[in-house]
Amino acid sequence: MAQAPNVNIHAAAHVKIANNPKFKELVSKRRAFAWLLSAIMLSIYAGFILLIAYGKAFLGTSLSGGVTTVGFPIGVGVILSAIVLTGIYVRRANTEFDELNRQILEEAR
Amino acid sequence: MGLQAEQTAADFYTAGGGITGFQNGMAIAGDYMSAASFLGISALVYGSGFDGLIFSVGWLVGWPIILFLIAERLRNLGKFTFADVASYRLAQGPVRVFAASGALIVVIFYLIGQMVGAGQLIKLLFGLDYIIAVIVVGALMMVYVTFGGMTATTWVQIIKACLLLGGATFIALGVMSHFGFSFEALFAKAVEIHPKKLAIMAPGSLVTNPVDAISLGLTLMFGTAGLPHILMRFFTVPNAKEARKSVFYATGFIGYFYILTFIIGFGAITLVATDPQYLDVAKGGLALKGGGNMPAIWLAHAIGGDLFLGFISAVAFATILAVVSGLTLAGASAISHDLYANVIARGRTTEGSEVMVSKIASLGLGVIAVILGIIFEKQNVAFIVALTFSIAASATFPVLVMAMFSKSLTTKGAVIGGYIGLVGSVGCVILSKVVWVSSFHFAEPIFPFVYPTLFTMPAAFFGCWLFSKLDTSAQADAERAQYDAMAIRSETGLGAEGAAAH
Repeated sequence: MAQAPNVNIHAAAHVKIANNPKFKELVSKRRAFAWLLSAIMLSIYAGFILLIAYGKAFLGTSLSGGVTTVGFPIGVGVILSAIVLTGIYVRRANTEFDELNRQILEEAR
Repeated sequence: MGLQAEQTAADFYTAGGGITGFQNGMAIAGDYMSAASFLGISALVYGSGFDGLIFSVGWLVGWPIILFLIAERLRNLGKFTFADVASYRLAQGPVRVFAASGALIVVIFYLIGQMVGAGQLIKLLFGLDYIIAVIVVGALMMVYVTFGGMTATTWVQIIKACLLLGGATFIALGVMSHFGFSFEALFAKAVEIHPKKLAIMAPGSLVTNPVDAISLGLTLMFGTAGLPHILMRFFTVPNAKEARKSVFYATGFIGYFYILTFIIGFGAITLVATDPQYLDVAKGGLALKGGGNMPAIWLAHAIGGDLFLGFISAVAFATILAVVSGLTLAGASAISHDLYANVIARGRTTEGSEVMVSKIASLGLGVIAVILGIIFEKQNVAFIVALTFSIAASATFPVLVMAMFSKSLTTKGAVIGGYIGLVGSVGCVILSKVVWVSSFHFAEPIFPFVYPTLFTMPAAFFGCWLFSKLDTSAQADAERAQYDAMAIRSETGLGAEGAAAH
């Protein structure tokens, strides 16, 4: 069975939180943001994989006349985009979302 | 530093939850930057150029997804293992048995890969016999995990991550300074030397058909989010905020590390493949003394001489020890926390006996790892790692995601869907060319692709959904009714603070 004690101890707080409009705001804002960023990351990566599967010739095109090909900045760009996207999420979550979360927990006492 | 005689379960499994986000980010990066990735990816780049980048990119892009969808919820709902989260509102017994079997299969396969790599590396570096090398690694690992638990395992990861990043940076700078810090000059020289010439600058033979490309992509991306020793790291931080920070730091360190391994691979083409002292003349071409995984090691020698070769070898050894320790600890917690404490003893046990079982389990896993490491000496390490990621992406990841996001999930759905993914992925790999033809010597593979994830991961999700939908029992209704309470805890962390308060 699920951890019933956890649920019962906080039963009163649960009701308050569930009815707090700020909770609904937090959940919907954070969910939208998380899925948006996930979709961006997935599209970038899917694009990269599809290029490998179907666009090998394009990735092998010379970047500026030398031996360096288009594939390298694209690959490194995917790596950097992953770092940047996590940075964007953590920044907003650690300020805006955490503040909202703190208020919700405060008001549930 | 965790070597006290008295340890609580929280100390042993999660270092008391007192690791900061930055430290944990380092430790996660340490877990991820295994000797297999350091030696393996640079060796892939050395052998086929651009193709190495496909693996690096795939292994990195899983991290943002873990951050956006999993990390905070995991921290808010779990205590010691990811099974805590999967079974949060479901029947403990069946879900934990499934989660523990998935975790153990993943851990054992991953351990084989690491042990084989470790044995070969140590055999080369210290001139030890392969079997003795594997036994030494196994023995050190058992001592480490048994006495140190998560605290010691975490700190050895952090220290090792610093040394590895420092060492790899030094090698990469050494390479770039040879070419006036111009990538074009480095690539031009590599193309001139490499027998595949310009082909190393574009995707090539590693991924041959679109199905394999997409399946490999899914495997690398979602496999990480199902690795028990990685998921366990989210319980060592005090709260969701630190969990988030740790993913950010980890992603940064790992991304930087992959860019370095790429430079190292190309550097090895230009500086190692041109120097007869490193080449295995009998085999010809790019073949190196000590085998295919050695480009990074020989490049360290070419750049920094004997002293630096010694340093990098020591770091590689620490890397192996740290990663197998983390894996063993994750496997041991699956046995002690999930199987023993929550299923066999049904919660009627003390923390002391749980930790004791965990230590015995660590010893057992150590022995198994040594034996399998010896049996699989000739097996391809990259294949074993890819198999591990396929299983993690097909079995543990779908159940974890469904448990967090799907209100309709019931015990029946989670268990049936999970086993579909677990048995399906293991089965498909056995029936694929790599095992069915190469190891069992049948003429034709029954499963025509290399990576099963494209089929088994969706099958697991579908199984979870379908069998939850079909489940109309009273227990299923009770489980669904608890979703909202779970969602409040997973979103706000209410009730989670106590789990790691020290």
